[in-house]
Amino acid sequence: MPTRDHNGSKIWHLRSTKHQLAVWFGWLLGVAIFVYCWRLISDKTIWFFVTDAPKQAADMASRMVPPKWSYMDVLWGPVWDTINIATIGTMIAIVIAVPVAFCAARNTTPSVHFVRPVALFIIVASRSINSLIWALMLVTLIGPGVLAGVIAIGLRSIGFCAKLLYEAIEEIDHSQVEAIIATGASRGQQLSFGIVPQIMPAFAGISVFRWDINIRESTVLGLVGAGGIGLQLDASISTLAWTQVSLILLVILATVIVSEWVSAKIRHAII
Amino acid sequence: MNQPVASRTWKRPPFIQSALLRWGLWVCLAIYLALAIGSMEIDWGRVGEGATRSTRFIAAFFPPDFSSRWDSIYEGIMESLWMTITSTVVGIMLSIPVGLGAARNLSWRPVYLFCRGILAVSRTFPEIILAIFFVKLFGFGPFAGFLALSVGTIGFYGKLLAEDIEDMDPVQAEAIKSVGAGWLQWLNYAVQPQVMPRMIGLGIYRLDINFRESAVVGIVGGGGIGATLLTSFDRYEFDSAAAILLVIIGIVMVMEYSSGYIRRWVQ
Repeated sequence: MPTRDHNGSKIWHLRSTKHQLAVWFGWLLGVAIFVYCWRLISDKTIWFFVTDAPKQAADMASRMVPPKWSYMDVLWGPVWDTINIATIGTMIAIVIAVPVAFCAARNTTPSVHFVRPVALFIIVASRSINSLIWALMLVTLIGPGVLAGVIAIGLRSIGFCAKLLYEAIEEIDHSQVEAIIATGASRGQQLSFGIVPQIMPAFAGISVFRWDINIRESTVLGLVGAGGIGLQLDASISTLAWTQVSLILLVILATVIVSEWVSAKIRHAII
Repeated sequence: MNQPVASRTWKRPPFIQSALLRWGLWVCLAIYLALAIGSMEIDWGRVGEGATRSTRFIAAFFPPDFSSRWDSIYEGIMESLWMTITSTVVGIMLSIPVGLGAARNLSWRPVYLFCRGILAVSRTFPEIILAIFFVKLFGFGPFAGFLALSVGTIGFYGKLLAEDIEDMDPVQAEAIKSVGAGWLQWLNYAVQPQVMPRMIGLGIYRLDINFRESAVVGIVGGGGIGATLLTSFDRYEFDSAAAILLVIIGIVMVMEYSSGYIRRWVQ
């Protein structure tokens, strides 16, 4: 325990002098980096616009009320598309993520040196690219529309689902698998009777959780042309139809809240 | 040879116990899929056209073209990194008071409800929608992106902080209180040490998320690499786009490795 002599009596300190200096130096470095980054951002900002912002915000808010309720008739289609993008995208992701996860988990992978790195790379690549970037890419490649959104959500979710699933596979109780092996089961039977029942609750939980996230993400895919309610949002903002914008925001809010509620209910029922 | 005597064979129990519910879910799923896929308008001609483009795009990765647009790629990436760091720091600083207020065992009922409200609102809208509005209000550039990411960080970090404080061990908190600590001392010696290790990990995780998000706020004018990426796709300059994507993946991988390392070091 670090102590320091003070008029002959020892006084307790939380850290030794060396440790304390290291902590101070770390803080100094952190603050310096922050101030440097802030300076650079501040140089690129036109501060007149920032000081003017409260007035602009009040102006925008006054243009937004009341929401144009009659516009709702147009919105049902895009809302349906948004939900479809999230749901079908999640399904595609799950179908692909399951084999990837089994290849990535240390205890089920066919080969630690060849297959596992490939599976891990698939996971990292899919996770590090935002679904909006996937959508941007796919709209350029296969044209605007719901299909691009579905595939974008699917590709983005593979990494997420596979990562959580392979962690669940690595954490299973091995003695149950051993019991199945002891009955003379083949490799496929070990998988289906020893491992699958153990990861089933995690699997269902992960799928529902990702679906919930995907609903949120699919509301913005339309900004780059990939279908869903984002398309209407983009159009309304660029035509300055603020009463429509506020209605769309309310609809997004409602969709997100409902999806969160549904997923919480389902996860509660499973676990 | 003995014949199998018993007709009793073992069947594995289904995941969903009730047969009615099980089959009902399958039927609902089938109907839904039919409706959903039926309502998608897919222009197969355009998709077919995409096949040739896709091969061009994939070919562009071998090798990607870093050099011809290097200046704008460099500038965009740097801007993304500045936004990532500043927004994470500011977001976490702002989320600490909100998180403390939103912990049920620390605050009064009205403060609790108010703080929970802030968290719920800032979590609902994706960062990109916030960015659209901040760009309208504050003009183009990294400041708008910085604000959008900060607000997103408040929602994420504040909620987890509040939950962590609610889950803390009350015995230690009581011990500190019993030696006569004031409220701030109590916070500093009883609450903070309990939540700190996990919150540092989550802060680093959020840094990771903010970088990924900062790559897209540029699409709506919020500064960062997104604008460069959008332009390169719009011009069909796939080799530059491939370079940008590889840079993003590289940075995310470096962050993920180092964050795992830092988290192990902290705990």
